[in-house]
Amino acid sequence: MKIHINHKEYEVVDGATLADVLASVGLDGAGYAVAIGTKVIRRDERAETVLPEGADITVIKAVCGG
Amino acid sequence: MNSKELIIGGRRFGSRLFAGTGKFQSNAVMEAAIKASGTEMVTVAMKRVDMLDPQADDMLHHVSAAHIQLLPNTSGVRNAEEAVLAARLAREAFGTNFIKLEIHPDPKYLFPDPVETLKATEELAKDGFVVLPYIQADPVLCKRLEDAGTAAVMPLAAPIGTNKGLVTRELLSIIIEESNVPVVVDAGLGAPSHAAEAMEMGADAVLVNTAIAVAGDPVAMADAFRMAVIAGRQAYEAGLGGVCRSAQASSPLTSFLD
Repeated sequence: MKIHINHKEYEVVDGATLADVLASVGLDGAGYAVAIGTKVIRRDERAETVLPEGADITVIKAVCGG
Repeated sequence: MNSKELIIGGRRFGSRLFAGTGKFQSNAVMEAAIKASGTEMVTVAMKRVDMLDPQADDMLHHVSAAHIQLLPNTSGVRNAEEAVLAARLAREAFGTNFIKLEIHPDPKYLFPDPVETLKATEELAKDGFVVLPYIQADPVLCKRLEDAGTAAVMPLAAPIGTNKGLVTRELLSIIIEESNVPVVVDAGLGAPSHAAEAMEMGADAVLVNTAIAVAGDPVAMADAFRMAVIAGRQAYEAGLGGVCRSAQASSPLTSFLD
């Protein structure tokens, strides 16, 4: 099935969890926050969060700013 | 507020200079400037990870230290709803309830939206955030934010990045006089003398970014701001002399050679 991470399309297996997908793209370290739609998913919830078809995932990190 | 100690969100700050991390020529220079500034509160912004280069340089390790409180900002959001989401993402990413609430949809002057800022403050304070809202120098809004549970107020001295100094001086003085929460003068401070003046007026702290980052020598400028903030605060606590229209002699005017 298809999902999107930060507007980029990915093909993942049915039943994939958020933790699986983040690990596959190297975004499972510290300093990232993740939301599906407008719901923030805590780190301890990622392994139990099965992605729905078409999931719209946002991953943010720190950048410089004032 | 003018307490002897600066405490925000239950944390005591030994430095009254807060620093931004934008516009530095490199992360190494930024790190050195932050160290020279002596700051214990450092802002960071947030951005979607670029999926074409997800492992790009992580700025966090240049600013993370035990004595430094990260202050994530919500820059880039357009309304209260987006700001609340940004704050929750920041809490998850950085493990802090501190949030610099910035809602400035106007791209020319980057003036903060007071209505959306108040709405977001109400919601975030209820959700346990330590809210530091960037606002117009509006004394009425400051009181409304206090009622909403803000941890501090951050009125602007001048538009972001302009280096114009205390354009809103008279309004800032009223805010400082009336506030029951710490007043952090933010934006527009372009020289150490501006920061010193804000501190002499009784501001609890100042936040400086552009003036340090774009200086010819950012590290030396950070040190200059550090000293200015200390001097300004010390002058405030020492009690400035009154201002008079006519001369007040400081030497005897009579009895010379009597």
